Amino acid sequence: MSEALQELSSYIGEAAGRLVASADIAYGELTLKTDGARILDLLTFLRDDVQCGFVNLIDICGVDWPARAERFDVVYHLLSPRQNQRIRIKVATGEDAPVPSAFPVYPGADWFEREAYDMYGILFTGHPDLRRILTDYGFEGHPLRKDFPTTGFVEVRYDDEVKRVVYEPVELKQEFRNFDFLSPWEGTDYVLPGDEKAKQN
Amino acid sequence: MNEHNVRNFNINFGPQHPAAHGVLRLVLELDGEIVERVDPHIGLLHRGTEKLIETKTYLQAVPYFDRLDYVAPMNQEHAFALAVEKLTATEVPIRGQLIRVLYSEIGRILSHLLNVTTQAMDVGALTPPLWGFEEREKLMVFYERACGARMHSAYIRPGGVHQDLPHELVEDIGKWIDPFLKTVDDIDELLTGNRIFKQRNVDIGVVKLEDCWAWGFSGVMVRGSGAAWDLRRSQPYECYSDLDFDIPIGKNGDCYDRYVIRMIEMRESAKIMRQCVDRLLGDAKVGPVSSIDGKMVPPKRGQMKRSMEGLIHHFKLYTEGYHVPAGEVYAAVEAPKGEFGVYVVADGTNKPYRCKIRAPGYAHLQAMDFICRGHQLADVSAILGSLDIVFGEVDR
Repeated sequence: MSEALQELSSYIGEAAGRLVASADIAYGELTLKTDGARILDLLTFLRDDVQCGFVNLIDICGVDWPARAERFDVVYHLLSPRQNQRIRIKVATGEDAPVPSAFPVYPGADWFEREAYDMYGILFTGHPDLRRILTDYGFEGHPLRKDFPTTGFVEVRYDDEVKRVVYEPVELKQEFRNFDFLSPWEGTDYVLPGDEKAKQN
Repeated sequence: MNEHNVRNFNINFGPQHPAAHGVLRLVLELDGEIVERVDPHIGLLHRGTEKLIETKTYLQAVPYFDRLDYVAPMNQEHAFALAVEKLTATEVPIRGQLIRVLYSEIGRILSHLLNVTTQAMDVGALTPPLWGFEEREKLMVFYERACGARMHSAYIRPGGVHQDLPHELVEDIGKWIDPFLKTVDDIDELLTGNRIFKQRNVDIGVVKLEDCWAWGFSGVMVRGSGAAWDLRRSQPYECYSDLDFDIPIGKNGDCYDRYVIRMIEMRESAKIMRQCVDRLLGDAKVGPVSSIDGKMVPPKRGQMKRSMEGLIHHFKLYTEGYHVPAGEVYAAVEAPKGEFGVYVVADGTNKPYRCKIRAPGYAHLQAMDFICRGHQLADVSAILGSLDIVFGEVDR
């Protein structure tokens, strides 16, 4: 399996090296990195090339890395039923830098891109209908961003007086508990209370 | 009536419609009885599963997967377990693998029984659900006897399965198979040749294979259109490569082919279950059911009470949890509805940095507009039934 993957990787490097920024294999999976300007050409190549045949779009999703200058990754997963291979393509993008929509290449990209827009606010140019999809009508914010609180900002309830569902700022009876169980002996990157002098000398 | 008086008609289908299989709202644009456009509005069951998983340890994330496709809960857990095992390079012992396969196939039968029978109900038959649900109830008792819960089992965990099965349970599952095949034959007799059922399903919702791939279909949807593609065979996981079973494929890609494939798959699943039961009572009768790595799988209760190391492991695993090495993997299983995949980005801590759930129903439902265009209004519910949608996984 891994030799075939290695072969595929070097084949893509030869045939479409100008479309790929980097390629590496980890955990038995091939990951290509490219940028927004070349993604459509790369997807078209992977779909149409006889030795690739990645005709099946598995997934498109976003990943948020708030510390980076281009904070989002758009991750495409493709499957080639003919070669029995999978491939992952990553494109880094910023909050207001749009990525070309994969809809012309794979019509199935439609809802996956709508979801990435809904969850992260990633913009796709050339998408036929970039609306929110999973969140409520009139929802504000992009919930899967790392700076969006898990509890959200508004809650709904049925109001008997006005006879309809009303939106109110979220009010928790008990604070949302996100315990930090990371062992103080390994893993934490912050200074424990009382330990300030531990690493000075 | 003049030409300009004729206009398209919009109707709202759902979200409380019984044939919507959950909380689906379809905005249909009709020209007479012909569907011109379908706009599915989803998200009414959105619970933010992916966000919640980011705030939980890897073990605490498992129960969320039961609540995705709640018709076949363990198949989802299986995908997550495979992803974590891929990152941590954990091996599952053979007995654990067989139990996983056994329960994955139970999940497949659970899902197909529900789908086939409710699809029949969508087109007007009432008896199949009554017969099918009786068998589902028996299967849920097997779930309950394995893990204590009828549906939300949290049984397949990274590293193996939670507990060993008692031998009586395995024997009872073995005894259940033959009467079940009889029930499948009964449902088969009732539906497969039925004139009304055929009129409602044959040549309805035809999808060509190229379109299947491009729209991101998987599972029964691509097999119905003629692709011999099943992840259990093409990219085998667990011990599927040692088991003997066949992959049914369709010719026409219509709703009827998909129905027939589901019927055959139930029989094939029963065949796989038979082999698992035989091995679980035969060469794999004893042995560990999960990885023996104490840093990943908690110790047994008795061990925890007697051994100091066991106690420490127990405490650490249920508070901090295990750390997963940094990296990203995509693991997929052949869930009853298609390819269910989990994309995990790990940052080396005890919580997933990102966990994207790739639900098969999501890709299938987005093609509703493409498949339904030009069909009659009454076909919408037949097509929806044959897509096999469950809102737990579509909305996440």
